[in-house]
Amino acid sequence: MSAEVQEGGRKGKGTKQKKMAVRVDFTPMVDMNMLLITFFMLCTTLIKPQTMELSMPTNDKDITDDQKSKVKASQAITLLLGDDDKLFYYEGEPNYQDYTSLKETSYEPEGLRKLLLARNAQAVRQVNELKQQKTDLKISEEEYTKQVADIKSGKNTPTVIIKALDESSYENLVSALDEMLICQIGKYVITDVAEGDRFLLKNYETKGGLTKEIAMQ
Amino acid sequence: MTAMSDVTVLLLTFFMLTSTFVKKEPVQVVTPSSVSEIKIPETDILQILVEPSGKIFMSLDKQPDMKAVLAKMGEEYGIRFTPEQERKFMIASTFGVPMQRMSNFLNLSAEEQDKILNTQGIPCDSSDNQFKSWVRHARAVNPDLRIAIKADADTPYSIIKNVMNSLQDLRENRYNLITALKSSAEG
Repeated sequence: MSAEVQEGGRKGKGTKQKKMAVRVDFTPMVDMNMLLITFFMLCTTLIKPQTMELSMPTNDKDITDDQKSKVKASQAITLLLGDDDKLFYYEGEPNYQDYTSLKETSYEPEGLRKLLLARNAQAVRQVNELKQQKTDLKISEEEYTKQVADIKSGKNTPTVIIKALDESSYENLVSALDEMLICQIGKYVITDVAEGDRFLLKNYETKGGLTKEIAMQ
Repeated sequence: MTAMSDVTVLLLTFFMLTSTFVKKEPVQVVTPSSVSEIKIPETDILQILVEPSGKIFMSLDKQPDMKAVLAKMGEEYGIRFTPEQERKFMIASTFGVPMQRMSNFLNLSAEEQDKILNTQGIPCDSSDNQFKSWVRHARAVNPDLRIAIKADADTPYSIIKNVMNSLQDLRENRYNLITALKSSAEG
């Protein structure tokens, strides 16, 4: 790179080399390089770490109905995503008479995650064990993915039904899906809100007002 | 000085090799964050950009595909595009104009297009679901296409539901939601 020939080179014993000094000024080149680096840095780094993906398989409408009917009520948790980042859930079959069957929780770690982890404790433990084995290089990557999939679709794992109200935001949906990922829940489905769920929510808001009204009639 | 120029050349090479350029998007979208660490593939992506007020834009990563999709859409809506219009469509990174206005839109210069694109959007309602047609034709042109939804965190779910239902009608059941990585990894 350097185009500089120093004087007083003693290598050539017999032959006499012509002594000359050539100096090339690098400053413009460095300037240009810096400029290009700045350009590339500004154009790339902003977006690079943020394009991450959450892949979400959804089923055909008719298949979903089939699967829903297969789910045991005892293993089902229904999440209702409301407006203002509110989150409600009920386990199993809702009790339309009792407004307390619908419970409110939050997207915070001590809210939904705690609930799901408690329900899915066994699977989470197994997955963590597998993860440990994988880091110890006892099992291969493929085996790990396969076994995790097996655990996730295991018999005693809960099924989560996510029902997002129109008022909820996209962020709510993603946080809910995120919790599924964290809590190793393999069976979850996103469906539309049914009329009954709206009733439950209204009933909850009025603390059983609707049931009382019906009872009065 | 030599050392410094060496370093700058090295850095430059690094950035040139690793860079993927930021796509120009008509609207600024803040994606929600998640812990998912799956990287999105770089090719064969049909990106659906959803803005909080419900405007939908799309982008394809391959220019020949864009041309073919535009031709198919033109066929469906009975519009013929001139080669000049096709060229302009191809070089635009994102599209999202109702077909009725597409021809006029493509006659505009690139700067004018940028100016009005964010007021447009692909119609996606039951009466005129052009969004579905776009996805269907894009799928027909490139069977390996992966659909990625990039929506703003504040988008009401009703709009997302509309998009998802349209995709479901087309039997596009696997798609990706583009999210940002959550910085604090708990759990």
